[in-house]
Amino acid sequence: MSNEALTRAAPPSRLRRILGFNPIYAVLVLLVILIALRNPAFLEPTGYMNFLKRVAPIAIAASGQLFVIVAGGFDLSMGAVVTFTVIGASMLIANNADAVYWVIPLLFAIGALVGLINGLVVVYLRVPSLIATLGMMITLGGATLFWSGGAPKGYLPDSFRFFGRYNVPNVPGIAILPISLIVLAGMVALLWWLLHHTNYGRLLLAIGDNPRAAQLAGIPVERVRILAFVISSLSAVTTGILVGGFSGVSPDAGAGYELQAITAAVLGGAQLLGGRGSIPATVAGGATLAAIFTLLNFLGLPNPVRSVVQGLILIGAVALAMYRRKRTGQ
Amino acid sequence: MDVRSAMRSGEDDPVARPAIEMSHISKSFPGVRALDDVSFSCAPGEVHALVGENGAGKSTLIKILSGVYTPDVGSIVVDGRTVTFRHPLHALRAGISVIYQEFSLLPERTVAQNLFLGREIRRGVIIDGRAMTAETDRVLAMFGTRHRIRPDTIVGELDVASQQMVEIARAISLNARVIVMDEPTAALNETECEVLFKLIDQLRASGTAIIYITHRMREVGRLADRVTVLKDGEVAARFETVPDPQTIVRAMVGRDIADYYPAAAAASEIGGTVLAVAGASNAALKDISFALKAGEITGFAGLQGAGRTALAMALFGAAPFSSGMVTLGGTAVHFSRPRDAIRAGIGVLPGDRKAEGLLLMQSVRDNGMVTARSFGGLIRAHRRNKYIDLAGMDELLDRMEVRAPSYEQQMRLLSGGNQQKAIVARWLALKPRVLIFIEPTRGIDVNAKAGIYHLMRELARSGAAIMMISSDLPEILGVADQILVMREGRIVGSFARGASEAEIMLAATGEHLERAA
Amino acid sequence: MTDMLAPAPVRGMLRFERIAPVLLVVAALLVYAAVAVSTRQPQYLTVDNFIQILARSIALGITAVGQTFVILLASIDLSVANLISAAAVLASVIMAGQPSMIVPAIAAVLVLGLVVGVVNGLVVARLGVNPLIATLGMAFIIQGCLSAFVNNFAGSVPEEFQAFAYGQVGPVPWSLVFLTALAVIAWFVLRFTKFGSDIYAVGGNPDAARVAGIKTWRVILAGHVICSLTAVIAGLYLASRLRSGAPWIGADGAYDLQSIAVTVIGGTVLSGGRGGIWGTMAGVLIFSLIDAIFNLTGLAAVVGVQGMLRGVIIVAAVAFYAVRSRKIVA
Repeated sequence: MSNEALTRAAPPSRLRRILGFNPIYAVLVLLVILIALRNPAFLEPTGYMNFLKRVAPIAIAASGQLFVIVAGGFDLSMGAVVTFTVIGASMLIANNADAVYWVIPLLFAIGALVGLINGLVVVYLRVPSLIATLGMMITLGGATLFWSGGAPKGYLPDSFRFFGRYNVPNVPGIAILPISLIVLAGMVALLWWLLHHTNYGRLLLAIGDNPRAAQLAGIPVERVRILAFVISSLSAVTTGILVGGFSGVSPDAGAGYELQAITAAVLGGAQLLGGRGSIPATVAGGATLAAIFTLLNFLGLPNPVRSVVQGLILIGAVALAMYRRKRTGQ
Repeated sequence: MDVRSAMRSGEDDPVARPAIEMSHISKSFPGVRALDDVSFSCAPGEVHALVGENGAGKSTLIKILSGVYTPDVGSIVVDGRTVTFRHPLHALRAGISVIYQEFSLLPERTVAQNLFLGREIRRGVIIDGRAMTAETDRVLAMFGTRHRIRPDTIVGELDVASQQMVEIARAISLNARVIVMDEPTAALNETECEVLFKLIDQLRASGTAIIYITHRMREVGRLADRVTVLKDGEVAARFETVPDPQTIVRAMVGRDIADYYPAAAAASEIGGTVLAVAGASNAALKDISFALKAGEITGFAGLQGAGRTALAMALFGAAPFSSGMVTLGGTAVHFSRPRDAIRAGIGVLPGDRKAEGLLLMQSVRDNGMVTARSFGGLIRAHRRNKYIDLAGMDELLDRMEVRAPSYEQQMRLLSGGNQQKAIVARWLALKPRVLIFIEPTRGIDVNAKAGIYHLMRELARSGAAIMMISSDLPEILGVADQILVMREGRIVGSFARGASEAEIMLAATGEHLERAA
Repeated sequence: MTDMLAPAPVRGMLRFERIAPVLLVVAALLVYAAVAVSTRQPQYLTVDNFIQILARSIALGITAVGQTFVILLASIDLSVANLISAAAVLASVIMAGQPSMIVPAIAAVLVLGLVVGVVNGLVVARLGVNPLIATLGMAFIIQGCLSAFVNNFAGSVPEEFQAFAYGQVGPVPWSLVFLTALAVIAWFVLRFTKFGSDIYAVGGNPDAARVAGIKTWRVILAGHVICSLTAVIAGLYLASRLRSGAPWIGADGAYDLQSIAVTVIGGTVLSGGRGGIWGTMAGVLIFSLIDAIFNLTGLAAVVGVQGMLRGVIIVAAVAFYAVRSRKIVA
């Protein structure tokens, strides 16, 4: 019976082809237009470059999160990793600007370790990623507090804030080029290549599609999934480095990044139980989220509204995706 | 009065009025005309076989009957009353029960709880467990006392055949006047099939109308009073008495299938031993010894639970042997996980394609490339690896005649037979030495089955050793060069191609199933 | 055809899952006793003290009862923490110290719970949105609405209502009696009524339930309503206890994560269809004992340690169940 349902394929109609094109790009363009109408300064290089600086951390986090989502899980520990990166950096650098050169690699190493632990717990202890990364979030948060004695202080030197804050001046045509954009471009290119152009990406998608079939087909499921968590945590560290550039050192530095990352991925059309996702669309999702927040700011709406809006977007994006899926007959 | 003879003589007897009559049913979905002016009826006490290839419309017809779909055109008359079903519950209440291949049971709950799902016996707000248990006992008694099903057994702990019994018990307790069975023997072995057939005889005698969907002609002959053949959404043929299988198949596919089974391997085609097992055992298997040769198809027959799948699992590294020796190409090997077996050249086509083989959301090409990519290095471009590149895969799929508008298409859009071929392509990319087929043609229609058999023969000819596990005895007899029979974890018999079904069954069960008349 | 990689659940495993929570409780009790003795504080081994330990987890217990219903349905509710805060604040503000306003306050709060539960239920059951996303979105919305109106203690609770938190029935606090009664009622509903049977059916195999005539969306809706109602009752309790409404009370206690954790530790699986109330109560007990152990050892005072250990414990407890299964987990 189940096989009969599979034999009848509706010949691709025009409607299907149109719906196949990801609407997030259209939404993003629309939002940019709305922002520009409200605040024409947005179209100046200083305007949109600053916007892109705000997009960078979300987009990088979302792209890393996508790897875990595509395999069928969630990484709720990203926010804690971001916070840890910011606070850890301030503690390790301790006003010694040159320390940056070994602190940043160390932070990445610790991030990789966090991802590794997440992956091991999910793969070998068979704890659902929801619980595992939640536990990691609480543990890492506690560890960060413990390490900083509850009241993180200190500042981050310019050598660290370079990545998140500094703009290359006098660039012809666009006036300024934020370093965070370069970081964004580099990370996105890397992750895009990994997911869409390597064996690894295809195998990851296969695992999200049907884990048992993936295993029987010879995919090294354990390795692939653990690597996804490592990628996610490394992205979170990168986000943390950028965030440290413009935010203060506080226990809330990274709060909410995992949820923003998931929202962005969902906006970009990633399927929550795995098997489908795209890096470019996820980046567009992140930009859309940032655009919505920017628009809210320009409209003068207070912070609480931001929360409400984020909640509505989250639900709306997924509801829309479910609707589209029903229409295109999946 | 014998209902069947009353029907055949055409007397206008109230008992002979159809229990269910579907007239001029048509149903379309976006882009597809699933049913076109189909009329179908079934009388009380009759077994009406509904046959047709996958995609012929059987499933849609049944879903309309059970209330999942509503027809665009046409009417349904139950016991003389015209009905409209807007929800499966309406059909259930009208006395129509459908038993699907995928059971709708709750594995964590008891038999009684499953039987009364949705209509629990209540005293006010509280469930009356005792009454439910008593009623469940009464229904189960119909099946005879040799089963192991008790009302408080947890369904998940029962084997597949018993679970199907629970489904049927539910239909009976719902006072179903029409029971539809969709390929009920797909997961049963020969003994269990016999139990089912006897049960169907009982149901028939008590006046239940039974609509029986199957791909197996033998069952049509054993059970059916009438046969209706669907093809491409239309009624291709109606038979008031059951004709010979060839006639039915011809109506289903529109032509004669000559050379349904491929020729056996000539002696010259059989090469040296590729895989040899000696004295191997584990928890499920005892003292297994046999050899697979290049160019040869070895069939494994036996009852469900005889250990054939356990054997496949052991060879594949999913549930390894604990003692004994296995040699592959002359070297001793021991696989503790599938990846090791695959690397050494063993491939498996799982019995449950949907759960264990298909990556439905990925493209056909990606499905084919997945194994090659798994061994080609993780951080490497996906277009080519040391085994095969994209062009090579496309060529492979072409050669096997996988029919799809494009190999970029998602796997879920292909028919069962084409999906199976795409999975074979997955292994071919690595040029395996041994290929293990588990239930190779399950859920594949008649026409496509022949294609799979020929593919297996071709693979053997190209030098692989083929191991074929199947519960379809005629299939094994038709395709395999040598047949090994398993029973209770051991290999108990070895037969050449010309063996008879009776001989094989004797070895498989250890007893005679029926005596000569 | 049997699944090649995962054997069917064997009798032994199901039985293990039923006694596992008991084992964990006994283990926790033993550790508690051992710590009390070894730190030379045997005065903490009295029955009275034990009751105090239980009393500290009333809010969690009440919330967890509702969360159990939702998880049995293979859904989840992440909005409970913010809902608890909202209820506490709303109740306190309406009561404003007037005993005559107790009943209206309770009514208002119940209506709030009903509305939130219905919305959650509809979004999950009718729109088909992933419950994680749906309730997360709702959490954001509630938080936004709440912080738009209050950011400090609000309202006050009259003495008469404080009896909820502080009243005693003999040696036992009234609130504990209430929690026990609630648990008993919940157990009874799940075990003996059709509604309870339907919950297991919809959670275990929604397709089978639907075909059998159960209106699955209504069951899911009811489950979410029950969860939200228990959350607002917990909010009422906390308002009674603090004598005022604090908008951070829900997040502070991490009631969302904790209620999920105790439910899962108690043997109710995230995939639905299996588990029950007593397991969850055992989970609450275990968490109370762990907190008490923290207090005994003085660790509770060290910032961050509680977080670290709690995260590890949650993961370990879930792994305790999960590691025996051979299924691949996302």
